[in-house]
Amino acid sequence: MFLIVASLAIASALLMILQKNPVMSAIYLIANFFCIALLYLLLQAQLLAVLQIVVYTGAIMVLVVFVIMLLNLGDETKLTEKFDMKKIISVVLVTGFLIEMVYIFGFSGDGIGRMPMSSQAANLGTVESMGAALFTRFLLPFEVTSLLLLAAIVGAVVLARKQS
Amino acid sequence: MPVSLASYLALSAILFTIGVAGVLTRRNAIVVFMCIELMLNSVNLTLIAFSSFMGDITGQVLVFFVMAVAAAEAAVGLAIVISLFRNKQTVNIDEINILKW
Repeated sequence: MFLIVASLAIASALLMILQKNPVMSAIYLIANFFCIALLYLLLQAQLLAVLQIVVYTGAIMVLVVFVIMLLNLGDETKLTEKFDMKKIISVVLVTGFLIEMVYIFGFSGDGIGRMPMSSQAANLGTVESMGAALFTRFLLPFEVTSLLLLAAIVGAVVLARKQS
Repeated sequence: MPVSLASYLALSAILFTIGVAGVLTRRNAIVVFMCIELMLNSVNLTLIAFSSFMGDITGQVLVFFVMAVAAAEAAVGLAIVISLFRNKQTVNIDEINILKW
């Protein structure tokens, strides 16, 4: 199950960055978000799996597709996506970065990659335990988040408004 | 066979790397933006994997806040893209260099 979902996630992510058309990229990104939500379910984080679908695919990606439609970019595929020196350099850099990360994760020496799933993992991701944590230990950050969202709303309106 | 923590970490490393590659190679501002979302998601996957394997809820709470920040970032980022497109009639990040002097 993990292998299927993981390979689907990697395939859709690769297809996303290889697509010329931004709308197709958005669709593959949505597929990728669904795969990640499935992985959250495999990790027994039910609430976050639902939130992943609702917030990312439901809100953020709708916003992205809406902006693509608003700017009418669907037919603007000629956007000078040419193969040049910069791309070769960035692919080399990215490969080095991947090797570095796999090295850090895989050979950190203390056997952290092989530890078993915690026995109380099933009780962690429920709405009940998340809510209890959010409204007791993490109450202050939770309230600060509302300020952040307010600032984001005001900022988005100010930025997207027509300058008069 | 139970899936180990290392495979989740490897998957999120690969997804993050694909996101970095997209940011570095693509020229369309909205696609760059979507690649940033992909990177945020791979980090979320790491946090949830550690949270589940260590039996600590803090990681999942952090993912909750990351999602809130990502939503705010999406709204503001897309507003910036819209106002840039209104001023310059393009979303090609090679042509958007008004902060460079």
